[in-house]
Amino acid sequence: LGHDIHFHDKKIALLEAGPRKEYNHVPDRYSNRVSSISPGSATLLSSFGAWEHVCNMRLKPFRRMQVWDACSEAMIVFEKDDLDDMGYIVENDVIMSALTKQLDAVADRVEVFYRSRAVGYTWPLPSHSSDTSPWVQIELADGRRLQTKLLIGADGHNSVVRKEAQIKNIEHQYDQSAVVATLHLSEATDNNVAWQRFLPTGPIALLPLSDTASSLVWSTSHEHASELLAMDEESFVDSINSAFWSNINHSDFIDTAGALFRSAISLLKPSGTAVRQLPPSVAKVDAESRAMFPLGMGHATEYVQHRVALIGDAAHRVHPLAGQGVNLGFGDIACLAHHLSAAAFNGSDLGSLKHLLKFETERQRHNVSLIAAVDVLKRLYSTRLAPLVLLRTWGLQATNALPPIKVRI
Amino acid sequence: TVNRPFSISHSSVDSEEMKKFQLLAHKWWDEEGEYSALHSMNDIRVPFIRDTLLSMRNGYHLGNPLSGVKILDVGCGGGLLSEPLGRLGASVTGIDPLEDNIRTADRHKSFDPVLAKRIQYKSSSLEEIVEESMETFDVIVASEVVEHVADLETFIKCCSQVLKPEGSLFITTINRTQLSYALGIVVAEKIMGIVPGGTHEWEKFVSPEELEHLLESNGFSVKTVNGMLYNPLSGSWSWMESTSLNYALHAVKSGAEGQPLPTDTLSEMDSHQHSATAGTA
Repeated sequence: LGHDIHFHDKKIALLEAGPRKEYNHVPDRYSNRVSSISPGSATLLSSFGAWEHVCNMRLKPFRRMQVWDACSEAMIVFEKDDLDDMGYIVENDVIMSALTKQLDAVADRVEVFYRSRAVGYTWPLPSHSSDTSPWVQIELADGRRLQTKLLIGADGHNSVVRKEAQIKNIEHQYDQSAVVATLHLSEATDNNVAWQRFLPTGPIALLPLSDTASSLVWSTSHEHASELLAMDEESFVDSINSAFWSNINHSDFIDTAGALFRSAISLLKPSGTAVRQLPPSVAKVDAESRAMFPLGMGHATEYVQHRVALIGDAAHRVHPLAGQGVNLGFGDIACLAHHLSAAAFNGSDLGSLKHLLKFETERQRHNVSLIAAVDVLKRLYSTRLAPLVLLRTWGLQATNALPPIKVRI
Repeated sequence: TVNRPFSISHSSVDSEEMKKFQLLAHKWWDEEGEYSALHSMNDIRVPFIRDTLLSMRNGYHLGNPLSGVKILDVGCGGGLLSEPLGRLGASVTGIDPLEDNIRTADRHKSFDPVLAKRIQYKSSSLEEIVEESMETFDVIVASEVVEHVADLETFIKCCSQVLKPEGSLFITTINRTQLSYALGIVVAEKIMGIVPGGTHEWEKFVSPEELEHLLESNGFSVKTVNGMLYNPLSGSWSWMESTSLNYALHAVKSGAEGQPLPTDTLSEMDSHQHSATAGTA
């Protein structure tokens, strides 16, 4: 918003609980928190000059995504026809640093309060005839007071803004935690494929960072996650390799049924089954790069209220299996910025529900189906039960053979 | 035309009209309340004014498009239109004969430090400010006002006096047709309550032809006439070809020589809709 021309004479304050994060030069080791950035998100970031900084630091484009089941041979491959990049794996710290640089560029319009925390909010009363200020009042931990026409809550899935605004949140903790780590591959390779295998305990994914390194995101039960963190490095690496390569979860029944379905498809659609590539094997893990965090899903019943808007994880939280969490957030930003920019050019009061509701409708329509789909997939793939495995095996094979659905995904 | 009772002061303000608005003076800023249709009208009348003015200017900044423009908002009510124009950078003077309206408007703008400086409100009729404001304003906006004035010709003459040469006059009002009676009065007021009952009197509605004629014979050149349509289900306004219900009009006061510009056959079907919405983000 600071870079938007219609916001030329507006004032924006950013309250950030953490310290200022900027890289003067990129550290040698990779950070273990990475995100898969979609092309749409990259476009947003380049619209105000941040993507350029990311490219100057470090990122890894990937062209292909292979997703398969541990209980069967079913597999689905995503790639763009024109061999364009499907997405980019970028470390979160790199993105933060790029954003900090671009914030500095508009420091006259955007004031960032690092290491600050809001301790109290006073909401405007709905009736406009009162004598109290119709704006939102915010009290900071250091005693300073701010007032604003529009408060945007981007404070994560435990959003304080959302709670204080008394917006109900539908939430559900999964009985899973995600384990992240930075891994080094056995041998250098092009490494432009993202891999994900659905184990009964949860999906394990390998996201490329460079020709020799990849980032691990392994969603599994809380107990298994703790074990993985506790075990020595060699055992950890063995677990990862076995997760990707072992076939112990296969059963003859499923394998046969899957094979039958596959030959049926190849009769109808000869090119419907793709070549199965083999994932790379892992040699070692970066010391101290292992970490875990619990997973859950959430969706706020409302994204907006008079003078309040929620974006990103404050509004919705998903399982990482589809790599979409941060991209949904970027989508929220692009949409809200668009509506606020138009409202500013119309001279409207920025906190007015009229345009905030347009943002909410647009995003809820988009987000709800994706969040529900991810939740369904998570549940569907959490089992060894034959009927469900068969269902998802055939479903995956069918989806792999049908271009229109794949393109939509 | 109905003969109006002879008023003591030869004024364009109608005291009957004032009484109607007195009752609702504090309701202006309730976006969902009695004035909700006027709030949503901002979505088309502000871009209309903004884009028309931008197309006539050079060297404006998109972040502050109306900076340096002096606007008079006649019949400003609670300031619904003055505020967005002020936010776009204009210096706005809002006048309204009803003191309660001005009080409401003043209080509402006082919370915003930027607007408090850019907008000035005065409780006054148009005639009362003519003396001190000859040729002061770049733009006059009279939105949903001319259907309430007692003497339209006097009103227009006064507009001409306070407007700079080649200044712009924007009017939005309601046409006097059978359709506007059926929809504007019967449905809008009596049945659906979109407009508070008794707000409008059909006899005072003005057709675009009448308005154009009055303007042209008083030194104005009418540039644009667009029909407007309100959708009660969505609560939103849009432009339409026909001016049989609501319409918006843009006229320019002739230049220094004082000669009215020759009128081309301006049919209202010749709507300049595209030029009015050019440059929207």
